[in-house]
Amino acid sequence: MKPTLTLTTRSTEQTRQIGRKLGEFCRSGDWIGLTGDLGAGKTCFVRGLAKGLEVPEGYQVTSPTFIIHQTYPGKIPLHHLDLYRIHTGMELVELGYHEIVEGDGVCAVEWFQNVPDAMAGFGLAIEIEIVDENTRIVGMAAIDNRGSELLSRLKESL
Amino acid sequence: MLILGIESSCDECAAALVADGTRLLAQKIASQIPIHSPYGGVVPELASRDHIRKIVPVIEKTFAQAGLEPRECDGIAVTAGPGLIGSLLVGVMAAKALAWSLEKPLVGVNHLQAHLRVIFLEREFPYPHVGLVVSGGHTSLFVVEGPDRLKPLGRTLDDAAGEAFDKVAKLLGLSYPGGVSIERAAAGGDPRAIDFPRPMPGKRLDFSFSGLKTAAAVRVKQAGAPAAGALSDFAASFQEAVVDTLVKKTIAATRREKLSRILVAGGVAANRRLRAKLEVGARAEGFEVAFPSISLCTDNAAMVAAVGDSMLKTGRDDGMQLDANAGLSWDVT
Repeated sequence: MKPTLTLTTRSTEQTRQIGRKLGEFCRSGDWIGLTGDLGAGKTCFVRGLAKGLEVPEGYQVTSPTFIIHQTYPGKIPLHHLDLYRIHTGMELVELGYHEIVEGDGVCAVEWFQNVPDAMAGFGLAIEIEIVDENTRIVGMAAIDNRGSELLSRLKESL
Repeated sequence: MLILGIESSCDECAAALVADGTRLLAQKIASQIPIHSPYGGVVPELASRDHIRKIVPVIEKTFAQAGLEPRECDGIAVTAGPGLIGSLLVGVMAAKALAWSLEKPLVGVNHLQAHLRVIFLEREFPYPHVGLVVSGGHTSLFVVEGPDRLKPLGRTLDDAAGEAFDKVAKLLGLSYPGGVSIERAAAGGDPRAIDFPRPMPGKRLDFSFSGLKTAAAVRVKQAGAPAAGALSDFAASFQEAVVDTLVKKTIAATRREKLSRILVAGGVAANRRLRAKLEVGARAEGFEVAFPSISLCTDNAAMVAAVGDSMLKTGRDDGMQLDANAGLSWDVT
């Protein structure tokens, strides 16, 4: 059983802060998958990651739903992907998804559960659950040892 | 000048022939809405494959409709970005092949500039004015200084307005595109039934629709998807919140820039509630507001040809160097 960490946040700011902390510990090759209903705060979490990865202020992390893949420069590049509208493994291949995941940078993938092949097999899977307007349960599960390492560093920093 | 315009940035595969940047001679639009409808949004892989099938017939039919031969056009304009890269590439490659074989000049056009130019097919609208482009992929405010000169004022910090419509429509079990189905569901509903948030991030002219989408999602999660009369009220209230935000920021932008004209374009500009409320808001300030006809609000190639005309007139030719650029924004034309 790989370790998990569950946190409750009371505002978008708190959700973003977890993302920021995690971003500080990330290194090239890390994969973070995000699930959760519309409006749960996945993009909000990625905005925190971007901050932790020192993406310059001038870059606004916006919803990637329309454009599918957006890369932000930081101390390590951040690939922000959204599979909301992707449904098959073939579409992932067309998108160059596997090259992105195996290339340089940190990958944050929203709606990865939409496509069976989208799990990278490493990193962290995060599920954000809506409790009420402002409250979210952020459940994080390690997929491999690197994911466990990220979780324990995050736990220590809280 | 007779310009062939080509547009394939998202889910419309379109070609048009425009004379002198103002007269639409012929156009063909192959929409993919039926293909994407089951998914509640555009699926990029399906989109680009479908563009490949349709682009050549669409161009051929456009020339046939105008009774002209391809060699009779004076230049070609194609959307180079922003958009879905796979879809953009199909249009750009077709345009390059055609320009090369016909030995005609070719220009890559910014999709947002094209939206803001389409009105000239219907009427004059003096520069400078405030331009709002609002669609499934964009929500941006500009000072439009000329046919291909935009000064950005603000944009969405998270979701585009049309994207919020699409996602909330899916939540409510309504069809794609969400803007159309929510507008329809809102008919007869009470726009004040639910007090949805009207996010106004700071004093800046940026937009934010993510919080509004979240408020709608939380409501559906807690109370279930509304039915019948409650659905009309929900749709009307949601639409009202989006419209109020767009109207307020657009009026504020016009005031701040000390301008008196407003142009609204993009798919969401077809929304009748937005048209009505912006008319009222603008009139109260003494501003003039213009919308293209509803059929020209959604993606089309006439708008691309219209901008292309003014670019080609300057002698510009992007030729075989032209590349599609998914993230192409106002500042990198």
